[in-house]
Amino acid sequence: MSILDSKIPAGHISDKWTDHKNHLKLVAPNNRPKIDVIVVGTGLAGASAAASFGEMGYNVKAFCFQDSPRRAHSIAAQGGINAAKNYQNDGDSVYRLFYDTIKGGDYRAREANVHRLAEVSGNIIDQCVAQGVPFAREYGGLLDNRSFGGTQVQRTFYAAGQTGQQLLLGAYSALSRQIGLGRVKMYHRHEMLDLVTVDGKARGIIARNLVTGELERHAAHAVIIASGGYGNVYFLSTNAMGSNVSAAWKVHKRGALFSNPCFVQIHPTCVPVHGTNQAKLTLMSESLRNSGRIWVPMKKEDAEAIREGRLKPTQIAEEDRDYFLERRYPAFGNLVPRDVASRAAKERCDAGFGVEANDTNEGVYLDFSTEIKSKGRQAAFAQGDHNPSNEKIILMGKKWIEEKYGNLFQMYEKITDDNPYETPMKIYPAVHYTMGGVWVDYNLQSTIKGCFVAGEANFSDHGANRLGASALMQGLSDGYFVLPYTVSDYLADEIRTGKISTDTPEFESAENEVKNSIEKFVSNKGTKSVDFFHKRLGLIMWNKVGMGRNEQGLKEAIEEIGTLRDEFYQDVFVPGDSNELNPELEKAMRVADLIELGQLMAVDALNRNESCGGHFREEYQDAEGETLRDDENFKYVAAWEYKGMDAINSVLHKEDLNYEFITIAARNYK
Amino acid sequence: MASKFININLKIWRQKNANAKGSLESYKLDKVSTDSSFLEMLDQLNDQLINEQKESIAFDHDCREGICGMCSLYINGRAHGPETGTTTCQLHMRKFNDGDTIYVEPWRSRAFPIIKDLVVDRSAFDRIQQAGGFVSVNTSGRTMDANAIPIPKADADKAFEAAACIGCGACVATCKNGSAMLFVGAKVSQYALLPQGKVEAKERVVNMVRQMDEEGFGNCTNTGACEIECPKGISLENIARMNREFLFAAAKG
Repeated sequence: MSILDSKIPAGHISDKWTDHKNHLKLVAPNNRPKIDVIVVGTGLAGASAAASFGEMGYNVKAFCFQDSPRRAHSIAAQGGINAAKNYQNDGDSVYRLFYDTIKGGDYRAREANVHRLAEVSGNIIDQCVAQGVPFAREYGGLLDNRSFGGTQVQRTFYAAGQTGQQLLLGAYSALSRQIGLGRVKMYHRHEMLDLVTVDGKARGIIARNLVTGELERHAAHAVIIASGGYGNVYFLSTNAMGSNVSAAWKVHKRGALFSNPCFVQIHPTCVPVHGTNQAKLTLMSESLRNSGRIWVPMKKEDAEAIREGRLKPTQIAEEDRDYFLERRYPAFGNLVPRDVASRAAKERCDAGFGVEANDTNEGVYLDFSTEIKSKGRQAAFAQGDHNPSNEKIILMGKKWIEEKYGNLFQMYEKITDDNPYETPMKIYPAVHYTMGGVWVDYNLQSTIKGCFVAGEANFSDHGANRLGASALMQGLSDGYFVLPYTVSDYLADEIRTGKISTDTPEFESAENEVKNSIEKFVSNKGTKSVDFFHKRLGLIMWNKVGMGRNEQGLKEAIEEIGTLRDEFYQDVFVPGDSNELNPELEKAMRVADLIELGQLMAVDALNRNESCGGHFREEYQDAEGETLRDDENFKYVAAWEYKGMDAINSVLHKEDLNYEFITIAARNYK
Repeated sequence: MASKFININLKIWRQKNANAKGSLESYKLDKVSTDSSFLEMLDQLNDQLINEQKESIAFDHDCREGICGMCSLYINGRAHGPETGTTTCQLHMRKFNDGDTIYVEPWRSRAFPIIKDLVVDRSAFDRIQQAGGFVSVNTSGRTMDANAIPIPKADADKAFEAAACIGCGACVATCKNGSAMLFVGAKVSQYALLPQGKVEAKERVVNMVRQMDEEGFGNCTNTGACEIECPKGISLENIARMNREFLFAAAKG
């Protein structure tokens, strides 16, 4: 075990980033065209990084597995993006955004990184508006804001329930401009299958052309991984079907440490599971908690009657409803952070108050009737009608809701066949985001020189729980405003390197390894589909490394995943060939990595004998069921070193977290 | 509505690769939950094929939330299937009946060549975007404050509605001329409606239209089919706006 150097600059927290930038090395414009940069992934972090490096004059190669960079899963982010603009004059500041994020992460994030994120947040909004991102506006023509969980201010900028789409299309437009100018070469339908290192430095990647199956060697002076999170280890999640850990995992296998893999965000408001053939879960944006109230029936018999269809939620009287978040957390109410809201929903359902008629009765209500009435009344008054009828209030209230959340309500109705304007939504927590990821220092460089990791793929900014509307902020901050400085500092020492050849033993052997693993899959004439194994992995993860974890379950999970891995390699069947478009082969390669990762998640969760944020160890909770941290023993980032596919052999390294500017305290939202 | 199970017949386009000759193949699939999405039904069929040691059917999909635009499919002769305002991934099997025969084909358009089975190449859309679908502002973050230019809410809302296009290509696939005017019109409109986009409005519309023509998309004859089949309800207004912008740009030379 070693102590990791996070390279946090000295000085006051507010000056660190500015001072650091002033002392970073630069690459002169005439030298940039001689330097190649690879970017893997084209979500907010990847697209913004590729666009920025192209614009600076570097030679950029960008890769995505989708048919277009615009499809990356950032596109599905709904609710918004935070920025400390204080346009609403409700007391917001860089410090408050910084503080809220550290507290929201349950004091397991790095202070200096989070402060930097808060500092650049305002510029992100300026940048996006300049690019023509159509954010929501007020009638006066200025930008509108709303609230998200874990905050008491309105700092979230949004575009209906499609903020991720609009921001990604903004970054995609900047990327497209660079592609058009010939400064970025785009490789769509390409998947990175290995990192190539030479003398300890990242020097390129092996990628598979998914249409022809051809393996390609791509060299570069620096490689940026922005390939997103690993929520699909649970099979069912709000991630896209193709979202995977492979790029990050290949880097880990080549020597980069992987941090806090057990920190997973389970999002409270998703459409409940409907059946065994389900492939994917759908998020209902956290922004809905601005307007919706979460409840279950106060009486068990009412919950039972609802599940059996004998009673409708609208028939339950106000005094027979348990608004459990408002009851338990009066200060933040329905807007507590995601981990807190999810556990509270699970607690009610485990106690028998769930309202969904599925196998597990797992569902609670998200009810908009109060908001419809209050906003309807406001809207009528605004039109000069100071004595509106009940019908008019309801009508105008629904119109208001439609304007704010129309696409979400429509999506909900399509999936469930229920009209949420008339009856409350049914929701339940689902896997959504992963705070863990590749370990990076303050410069976002992994423990492999020249290999940088950005966005959800790294671990750095959200501690043990991410606040809503902060993922988009981090992705764009990393890509637009951090990497251009820190990677250039690294590249300043590469101006004399010259073109890097792919005709070397390192590229040769990496390509051969990839080729062999592909051939093994297509010639392995097993009997079961990839999904069969993926679903089994997902069940183990959800039941034993999910919302509640304990020592025994985690030990079982480690064992079971090991067995599953052996069976997978023996019995998986991948139809088709390696030299063509072969979706089953793509899945098999990804699931192989997810299995290894899943086991490491259990190892990490077992090691962390405390509860914090999304990591809830049942042994460590207070009398009211809140997380119980152990700052004395676990105030560190766990960073794992790969030692073969069995994660029990992984070696733990630690980065101690020092809180110089924030007083560490028990997280309290009451 | 309570879920139930239905048995269906499928006729699905199979084509080994871009150069091979394709054909409609018949499949029978039992016990499909009416709560399943259309793509979950295809997952179920693929699982059945793999269990029979046969090759699965390739189709594009990713987010399965109706926003990434990756899914496509012509279902019973309609882009994204029988329901309007819906992507294929958001179409559910409750819209079908027990015993139905469902035809599934790829997008068919000259500018979208087939790669395999139901997967087509839509990179022409990316190239149109690269020709001018952006504001030429650098990513320094050193622009003006986001609130420096107030934008009338109605304009911002209209720009947003145009920007909601997911780039799926249903408009092209459904158009008898294979025209991409709705897609291009939406992008041109988003920027034309915002002060940030006005600076380069002329060059943008000219360059994007030129690229659109080079890619082999057809002309618009105002049938309006694109608007009806667009899963995001992008309005024909955007085509009219693009034409105005184009004429204006051409007139000014």
